[in-house]
Amino acid sequence: MTAGQPIDRDALHALADGQLDPARAEELRAALGERPEARSVADYRRINAGLHALYDATLDQPVPDRLLRGPQAWWRHRRWARAASLAAAGLALLIVGAGGGWYARDSMIRMRQEQTAMVRPAAVAHRVYVAEVRHPVEVTADQEHLVRWLSNRLKKQIKAPVLDSAGFRLMGGRLLPGETGQAAQFMYENTQGRRLTIYIRNDIRGTRETAFQFGQEEGGINVFYWIEGRMGYAITGQMAREDLLPIAKLVYEQLEG
Amino acid sequence: MADDELRQLVIDQIPHLRRYAMALVGDRDRADDLVQDSLERAWSRLKLWRRDGNIRAWLFTIMHNLNANAVRQAKRRPRHDPIDEVSVLPATPPNQEQRLELSLLAQGIAALPAEQRAVVLLVGLEQMRYEEVAGILDLPIGTVMSRLHRGRERLRRALAGEAAPALRRIK
Repeated sequence: MTAGQPIDRDALHALADGQLDPARAEELRAALGERPEARSVADYRRINAGLHALYDATLDQPVPDRLLRGPQAWWRHRRWARAASLAAAGLALLIVGAGGGWYARDSMIRMRQEQTAMVRPAAVAHRVYVAEVRHPVEVTADQEHLVRWLSNRLKKQIKAPVLDSAGFRLMGGRLLPGETGQAAQFMYENTQGRRLTIYIRNDIRGTRETAFQFGQEEGGINVFYWIEGRMGYAITGQMAREDLLPIAKLVYEQLEG
Repeated sequence: MADDELRQLVIDQIPHLRRYAMALVGDRDRADDLVQDSLERAWSRLKLWRRDGNIRAWLFTIMHNLNANAVRQAKRRPRHDPIDEVSVLPATPPNQEQRLELSLLAQGIAALPAEQRAVVLLVGLEQMRYEEVAGILDLPIGTVMSRLHRGRERLRRALAGEAAPALRRIK
């Protein structure tokens, strides 16, 4: 390339955009030297960098929930399921696809994710700590800072539901590790020494919302749960589903009400 | 490819669709409206998508077509308000000079003819190859290159302080 020969316009853009193969790019850089076109390439690069400076912040922002809804029909059904599930008293607790297509597949995927996010950790924490005879809880219920402490650690005002009407008394609670954040467990006991736990975590990934749902783990551990944004709530007990359901409703009403 | 993998592929592109839409229409809410419309169309047509294809190009094509239709229906250039500095400028405040340059650039982008703006953004912001941009916009590559050139030269003039006089001032 001789000094006076104009340089191909498209090549200047391709050089600025990194769309030339390395040999061609090297050759062009050498040919540009101090020529005025070098200034164009630098300006194009500056424009690209400026675009990133202006707009990249969007990439790190949480995606608004409305963009994660998927097909509208599916979403409408889910909203309905959330409202209807409590009224249906356990009969409609599982969202099972009647509409077929995306709706069913999508809800199955979500349910698997929620099993992983809620049912498994709630059940494991339940199994580990209800078996404790001497140290079932970290802070006992008679210490009034219990709820304040857990609320502070979860960065969310939480409550310890009152389940006396179901025959269960609050024993206390403990702080647990979540996946990336924190989780809390409240433990309750009835006069027969049967225990149940409430598991609350603050690090659900993605912004989601679920209906009141049911899951099962090995050893007859039943879990009712729901997700509200980053927060997940689960009621876990080693008892029949129909016995756990009215207690789960009590918890739901007190925490959501 | 399993359906949940396919679904995840789409979800992974949402932040990129939002960024492009934001730069394209200049307003967060209207940008997200465009993304939402695009996603709804994508979900409903996902079964039609060739599974060995480029899902990013496919999604951006849907978005481009929807936006182009909206612009056509409006029968005028899209309303493109001066960008609210607070909403687009980076969290760490750049120095005064960079601020001015970014502000001029944002104004320059807003003032570009829509067809040049799309090319400048797909190449410069989304870092797409020219062939991919040609596919998305359904244009010959020569047209892509000339729009890129004209768009960037306008922006250079805007950065040099020769902004088009019709521009409104940024608040």
